[in-house]
Amino acid sequence: MSLGLTSYGARHVQALLGSLGRLARNPFSTFLTLIVIALALVLPLGLELLVTNARIATGGFANAIDLSVYFKTDVPLAKAEQLAKSARTRAGIAQIEVISADAALAEFRAYSGFGAALGVLSGNPLPHVLHVHPASNAESAESLEALRQYFAAWPEVDLVQIDAQWVTRFNAILEVLRRLLMIAAAILGAGVIAVIGNTIRLEILNRRGEIEVTKIVGGSNGFVRRPFLYAGILYGLGGALLAWGIAASAVAMLAPAVASLARTYGSHYVLVSPTPQELGILIAGGVILGWLGAWLSAARHLRSIEPRA
Amino acid sequence: MIIFDRVSKRYPNGREGVSNATLRIEEGEMVFLTGRSGAGKSTVLKLIALLERPTRGTVMVGGKNTGTLASRHIPAFRRRIGIVFQDHKLLPERPVFDNVALPLVVAGTPLKEIDKRVRAALDQVGLLGKERALPLELSVGEQQRVGIARAVVSKPPLLIADEPTGNLDPDLAVEVMRLFKRFQEVGVTIVVATHDVHLVRELGLREIVLDNGRVQGNDIDPLPGMVATR
Repeated sequence: MSLGLTSYGARHVQALLGSLGRLARNPFSTFLTLIVIALALVLPLGLELLVTNARIATGGFANAIDLSVYFKTDVPLAKAEQLAKSARTRAGIAQIEVISADAALAEFRAYSGFGAALGVLSGNPLPHVLHVHPASNAESAESLEALRQYFAAWPEVDLVQIDAQWVTRFNAILEVLRRLLMIAAAILGAGVIAVIGNTIRLEILNRRGEIEVTKIVGGSNGFVRRPFLYAGILYGLGGALLAWGIAASAVAMLAPAVASLARTYGSHYVLVSPTPQELGILIAGGVILGWLGAWLSAARHLRSIEPRA
Repeated sequence: MIIFDRVSKRYPNGREGVSNATLRIEEGEMVFLTGRSGAGKSTVLKLIALLERPTRGTVMVGGKNTGTLASRHIPAFRRRIGIVFQDHKLLPERPVFDNVALPLVVAGTPLKEIDKRVRAALDQVGLLGKERALPLELSVGEQQRVGIARAVVSKPPLLIADEPTGNLDPDLAVEVMRLFKRFQEVGVTIVVATHDVHLVRELGLREIVLDNGRVQGNDIDPLPGMVATR
């Protein structure tokens, strides 16, 4: 106790507990403030979850760009499989899937809703197809073009299609969402600073007498400011935790509906909750915004309170 | 300990609290500031405690010029002065212990030491055992003594009091003055502003009379002459 450092630490603990006690003594107004902060924090968190989930849900094809290689209709399946086998040895190819004309027709019949109409066709009009997944190091435009030329050069091949455009478009949409997330986070972060700053301002005015007396007996500005900074940090922390709770409840409520939606697409996709890293950013963000709001407010308003005996 | 050299203090509203005041208070002295209300007693105390800075002239307290002291040094400066107010300025929602401990807490005194010194200060003013009471649960005289305990708990070399007996009946007033006298006997410099002339005469201590912001008798006399009337 007699060590300087210990007493310095003890004073911080005192200030922290004092601030905590004051917040707990006015649970209703504290809760209202926390809700406002939580709502401001939960919107960017929700957008982040939306972007993350959209990416994971579509992950199978959003990142992998496919080539579809259509054979001429008179090429037999055995030939197609033999060509696929030789192509697999080429660099830049992760996987090749052979889809026979029969399988394609069966799938088309099952999912397109034209089952009955297809019955009137005398034969199978569909060609055999190769689905080519480029290796992850061969997704640049040039290597894709090289792959396309490689397949197009085969005499048996009718058409090579790169299914890249919608992927590019989808990634662009995600990028727009991510920008939107940044902007929302910046605006709402400023909102959190304003809310906490104003709350601290009222608190300072309420405790004007106490601040005056503290300054009269020689309390430094740092000493007077400390409990308000802790109050700001606690508001930020509490708001962040509440935002986490809101987001977790929202995910829990949405999860069953999303799961059954995913099942209709034959997917086992499950809605993901915030990762520990996202929660870390949320909590650190809340704490930093709370501290900043309190600091700005305290710097502005504590200076105006000078003791007048 | 305290030197005023041709000090004037003009407030923003144009009122002059102190005019061309020159006075000197020695270390270990106990001095009364008297005069009608509005004569400038409170302004002199505020200038000493650096609650105000002089408009003109020089105020030296404990060898420091208050006119040029940087703002960041004011807290340390004030910790060397104990102040007693007429309305005692206690924190009503904090118990007596916390009120008295405040000067030690802001100075970063270790907790064990705080406990010991708060008890010692309360003992000196006869309020040991009232640590957990709230100020409003105490009588006016007891509240004033809590204010005095707070002023002396950090053992400051200078104690100033603004009308400390203003709200007290004569018996309590004498008791409070005796308390101050005991602090003076252990070497504390004490400046008490009061309009209670009878009490001052009874104690037979030096009196500085203010009238309309001027020190009576010798406001033409510059340093280092002793500025006093009996």
